[in-house]
Amino acid sequence: MISMIPRKHIPLSLTLLTPTIAIILTLLFGAGIFGLLGFSPLGSLYTFFVAPISRPDQIGDLFVKACPLIITATGLVFCFRANVWNIGAEGQLVFGAIFSGWMALSFPHWPAMTLMPAMIVASIIGGIFWAMIPALLKVRFNTNEILVSLMLTYVAALFIDWLVRGPWRDPMSFGFPLTKMYSDAALIHRIDVPFVGMLGQLHWGVVGALILAIFGGFVLSRTILGFQIKVMGDAPRAGRFAGFNPNLITIGVMAIAGGAAGLAGMVEVSASMGQLQPNVSFGYGFTAIIVAFLARLNPVGVIFAGLIVALAELGGDHAQIALGMPKVVTGVFKGVLLFMLLAGETFNRYHITWRHPAPMPGSREQ
Amino acid sequence: MSQKSNARGSHPQPLFEAVGITKQFGDFTANDDVSFRIYPEEIHALLGENGAGKSTFVKIAYGLLQPDKGSLFWNGELVSIRGPKQARQLGIGMVFQHFSLFDALTVAENIQLAMPAGESITSLSSRISSISRDYGIEVDPAARIYNLSVGQQQRVEIIRCLLQEPKLLIMDEPTSVLTPQETEQLFSVLRRFAENGLAVLFISHKLDEIRALTSRATVLRRGKNVGSVTTKGRSNRELAEMMIGAKVKDVARQQAPADAKVLFEVKGLNRAKANAFAVALRNISITAHAGEIFGIAGIAGNGQDELMAALTGEWRTEKPGVIKLDGTDISISGPAERRVAGMGFIPEERNGHAAVPSMSLADNALLTNHSLAGVVRGGVLDLVGMRAKAAAIAANFDVRLPEPNPLASSLSGGNLQKFVVGREIIKVPRVLIVSQPTWGVDVGAAVFIRKAMQELAAKGSAVVMISQDLEEIFAIAHRIVVLHNGVLSPAGSATDLTAEKVGLLMGGDTAHTSDLAGGSDVAPGASA
Amino acid sequence: MEALMLTVLLTSVPLIFAATGELVAERSGVLNLGVEGMMLMGAVSAFAATAIVGNPYLGVLAGAVAGAMTALVFSLFALGLATNQVATGLALTIFGTGLSGLVGAPFVGGTIEGLPNLAIPLLADLPVIGNLLFNHDFMAYLSIGFLLAVGWFLRRTRAGLVLRAVGNSHDSAHALGYPVLLVRFCAVSFGGMMAGLGGAYLPLVLTPHWSEGMTAGRGWIALALVVFASWIPSRILVGALLFGGITIMQLAGQARGWVVPSQMLSMLPYIATIIVLVVIARNREFALANSPACLGRLFIGSK
Repeated sequence: MISMIPRKHIPLSLTLLTPTIAIILTLLFGAGIFGLLGFSPLGSLYTFFVAPISRPDQIGDLFVKACPLIITATGLVFCFRANVWNIGAEGQLVFGAIFSGWMALSFPHWPAMTLMPAMIVASIIGGIFWAMIPALLKVRFNTNEILVSLMLTYVAALFIDWLVRGPWRDPMSFGFPLTKMYSDAALIHRIDVPFVGMLGQLHWGVVGALILAIFGGFVLSRTILGFQIKVMGDAPRAGRFAGFNPNLITIGVMAIAGGAAGLAGMVEVSASMGQLQPNVSFGYGFTAIIVAFLARLNPVGVIFAGLIVALAELGGDHAQIALGMPKVVTGVFKGVLLFMLLAGETFNRYHITWRHPAPMPGSREQ
Repeated sequence: MSQKSNARGSHPQPLFEAVGITKQFGDFTANDDVSFRIYPEEIHALLGENGAGKSTFVKIAYGLLQPDKGSLFWNGELVSIRGPKQARQLGIGMVFQHFSLFDALTVAENIQLAMPAGESITSLSSRISSISRDYGIEVDPAARIYNLSVGQQQRVEIIRCLLQEPKLLIMDEPTSVLTPQETEQLFSVLRRFAENGLAVLFISHKLDEIRALTSRATVLRRGKNVGSVTTKGRSNRELAEMMIGAKVKDVARQQAPADAKVLFEVKGLNRAKANAFAVALRNISITAHAGEIFGIAGIAGNGQDELMAALTGEWRTEKPGVIKLDGTDISISGPAERRVAGMGFIPEERNGHAAVPSMSLADNALLTNHSLAGVVRGGVLDLVGMRAKAAAIAANFDVRLPEPNPLASSLSGGNLQKFVVGREIIKVPRVLIVSQPTWGVDVGAAVFIRKAMQELAAKGSAVVMISQDLEEIFAIAHRIVVLHNGVLSPAGSATDLTAEKVGLLMGGDTAHTSDLAGGSDVAPGASA
Repeated sequence: MEALMLTVLLTSVPLIFAATGELVAERSGVLNLGVEGMMLMGAVSAFAATAIVGNPYLGVLAGAVAGAMTALVFSLFALGLATNQVATGLALTIFGTGLSGLVGAPFVGGTIEGLPNLAIPLLADLPVIGNLLFNHDFMAYLSIGFLLAVGWFLRRTRAGLVLRAVGNSHDSAHALGYPVLLVRFCAVSFGGMMAGLGGAYLPLVLTPHWSEGMTAGRGWIALALVVFASWIPSRILVGALLFGGITIMQLAGQARGWVVPSQMLSMLPYIATIIVLVVIARNREFALANSPACLGRLFIGSK
C-alpha cells in the first residue's frame, strides 16, 4: 500500500531534479521501445535526439519549432497557475491565425509597419475572443471550462476548414484548400545573424517568443497581477479575503492564454506557411500543455521545456527519414514524458513510502 | 499514564480497551501511549483541546487508521481493527463530526451503503421510518441529502448507526452543529442508549456538556493520556486544567472607555441564504466605540461565517448606508477598499482563508497589505519590503520561525495565528474585525493574542470579536451580543451579564433579551 | 433511405461503446480524457489480431483487452500516484495515438474480413424495421446490451450504488470503508475496455483496414456525448444516434449538394454539448442529483 504524506517544504533541488529524472526515464523507455522494434537503442536515440541538432542551422530550426509552443505555453501557465483548466489553446491558436489572416488578406497593400502590428493585435483579439466563450460561460453559469474549451477546439478546426475550402479559398489554388499567399509585408522574416548569417529558418518570431516568456516570468513572480493569479489558484478563499475578484482573474487568465495562443497562430502562419490552410496548427495547443507542465508552470522554464519538446518533434521527423520509423513515435515520447512529469510532481509534493498491509488509512487531516 | 483505578467493580470486563496506542504522522506524534477503557452502559467522554489527538484515537478505534504501537481489546479479546467494516461487525458504530453522507443520494440509499448487502430499499425504508419514530428523530427516507438541514443530516447519521445495532457508539463532536435544544434532545437519546446497555464514547471539548452527560472522562493533552476521571462533582476549571495543562490564566478585562465616539456602525444588515447550509442574516446592527472590544457570542453555524463575510466585504450588500466606518459609508466597498479605509480582518480559518499555506510569510504579508502604500509600486512587488514587513510582524508578535521567510504551512497553528493577528494589529487599524482569534492554539499563544487585541483597543481602536468561546468573550469583551440563527440580540454590558444569561440567548431563548436590552442604549463606559 | 438509417445506426455503435464506458468512469468520479487514445489502441489491436489469426471475434477480444490495458496506464498514474486527471488523460491520448501508429505501421494497407451480420430469426424478417434493427453484427447487439446493462447496474445494483457514491463523495465513501481507488480502478478499466471495443468496431465493421488516427476524433465526441447525456445512460443512445446522424447527414448532404457546409453540420455535436453544459449548470437540482460531484478531483488514499 502506498502512503502519501504531503511535504511541508519542497527543496529546490527536488524541483530541478524532477524534470531531469523524468527526461532520463523517458529516454530509457524510448530506448526500450526502439529495441523492441528491432532498432539499435543507442543508435536510435542518437538519430532521434542528437542528429537533429548537430548543425547550427538545425539549432535555428529547433527554436523555430519551439516558437509556437513557447508562446502558447507561456499563456497556459497563467491559466493553470490560477487553477483554470483551459485545454482549448488549440482552438484559440486557430482563431488567432484566422483573425490575423483576415488582416493580411484584406489589406495586402499596407506596409509592414502598419500591417504587422495590426496582424499582431488581430491575432491576440482572435485568441481572446475564442477563449472568452469558456471563460464567460464559467463565470456566468459555472460551466466546466475543460469541456467547453475542448469542444470549441473542434469547432475552431472545422471553422477554418470551411473558410479555406469555401469563402477564403484562392481561386487560383487549383482546388487546393489554401488562401492567397500573404503579401511580403505580412510575413515574418528570417534573422540574418551578424557574422553567422541565416540559422536555418530562425525568424524574428522566435525572439518575440523568448521575450514574451521572460516577460511572463516577470509578471507572474514580480507583479501584483501574478500574485493575484497564484493566490487564486492556491487558495481562492484567501484571494477573495484579500479583495481579489475571482471572476476577473478567471477572465484575465483566459484572456492571457487565449491572446498568447492567438499570437502563436499568427506567428506560425506568417513565419512558416505564408497562407492559411486547414491545418495551421499541428496540435501545438495540446503539446503546449505538456510544455507548461514540463516547465513546472514557470514561464522561464517554458523556454527550456519548449526546446526539449520541439526536439522530440524534430527527432520524430528525423527518425522517419533516417530509420523509416513512423512519425507518430514522437507521440509515444511526448505521452511518456508527460506521464513521468506528472508522477514526478506527485513525488515532489508528497513524501511517498511503501507501507505494509494497512488497507484503510484515513483520508482526513490528522 | 493511564489511571486504571477508576474501573468500575460491577463490570470486571471492559467492553472496549485500548492499551498503549501510539500513532505518528511524520515527526508529529498524534497519539502517544494512550490507554483507555469503556464499560457497557457507560457514557464516557474523550476530552481534549483541538489537536490533542482525539480524532486520531477515534479513527484508530474505528479502523480508519492503524496504530504504530499498542493493542485493542473487544470484550477482553485482542482484536486488530482493519477497517470500518470490521469495526461495524464487532459492534462499533460511529457518527462523524463531518458527516459521511452522499449529497446526491437519498436518505435510504445513504443508509443502505452502510448496511450489509441483501436488504431491499423498501424494507430498509420502513425500518428507517420505524426507528426514527421510536427515538423521535423523524426523517423522510426518500429525501435527498442536499435538501436536508444540518441537524436533519446528523439524524441520518445517527439512524444509520442505530440500524447496525452497535454495542459501542462513538460520537465525534456531535453538538458543534446543534442548538442547545437539539443538544438536549440528543442527550436524552444517548441516555436512552446507555439504559439499553449501549456504551457511548462522546468526544467533545465542551466542559458543560461533558459534565451534564457523561460519568467518566478520559483526558488527552498533546497526544498523551493525562488520566481518566469521574466527571460528576468536578468543576469546569478542574477539567480545563487537565485539558490544557497549565493553570487557566484569566486575562483581566480592561476598563471600558467612557464617552467614546462610535467608530464602527452596522445598521439593518440583511443577507439571504446563499445555499441550503447557510444561515440568513436578519437586521443585524452593531455599534462599536473607540477603545471597545465588542464581543459577538454564539454557537457555530448561527451565521458567524456569513456575518464575517459581510463585515470583511467578501460579500457585499447592494444597499448603501448599511456599514459605516467613522461616519464614512463603506457598505459597497470590497475588502481591499475597507482596509484602505482603516479596517483589519482576521477570519476564523487560518489555512486557505487568512493565509495561503503554500506561500511564504512575505507573500502572506502582502495578502492584506497589497492595497496599502509601500509594498507594491506601479503593479510591481517590492520583494525586499514584503520580507521586511513579514520579519517585523514575526519579531513583534513572537512568531517563531524555523527559517527566514518560511512557507506558512511550515508554521504551527499557534505561530501562524500569531502571524495572522500580528499582520493586522501592526497596522493599528481603527476597526479590527476578528473571528475565533484563539481557535485551536495553545494557551500561551491565546493569552498573547488576547493581550494584543486589548492593547489595540487601548490605543483607541474598536475591536469586534466573533467568538464561540464564552470564556474568551467574558475575559476581554466590554459589551456582548449573541448571534442566534442569523439574528443579533441587543447588546449588554459584560459586567452586568452572567454566562448563564448569555448561554440561554445562545440557545435562542428570547425571553431574556430584556436583560440585555437594558444595557444596549447605554454608552459603554456608563456601567463601568 | 433505409440504407441511410442503417449507416446512422452503424456509425453510432462505436460512440455508444466509448461513451457508455466513459460514463461509468465519470460516475465514479474519474475524468479520463484518454478515450481517443484507448479507442485507437483497441482499433489497432483488433485489426492486428484479426489480420494475424483470421478470426474477427478474436479481434473483438483483442480490442477490449487493449483498451483495458491502456486504461491501466491511466489508473497507474491518475489513481495510483494521484496525478492531475486532465493532464494524465491528455497524455494517454497522445501516447495511445503514437503507440497505435507504431504498432499498426506494418498493417497499413492490409485488409481483413470483418464481422458477419447475424440476423435474428423471425424478427429480422419483419417489414421495414426487421432489416434495420435485427440484422446486424455481433458488436452492434453487444453495444446495446452493455448500455442496458450499465443502466440497470447503476440504478438497481448495490455495486452500482457504491460506484455512484464514490463519485459523489470519495471522502464519505472512504469513511464508510469502501475502497475508493479500487472502485475507480474497476470503473476506469471498464471504460478502457469499452473504448477499446468502440475502437475495434471501426476496422472490424465500418472500414476493413487500419490507418493512423482512424478514430478521427470519435473519442472526443464520446466525451462530449457523456456530458450531452448528462451522465444518464439511456440518453447516450439518443445522443449517439443524433451525433451519428449528423455525421451521415453531412456525407449525404455533400453528395446532394446541400447549401449548408458540411463543417457547420459537424460543429453541431460540439455546440449542442456546450449548450447542454450550460443547461446542466443552470439547473442546480439536476446537477446535484446527477453529475458526479467528485469528477476530476484528486483522492489521496492515505495521508
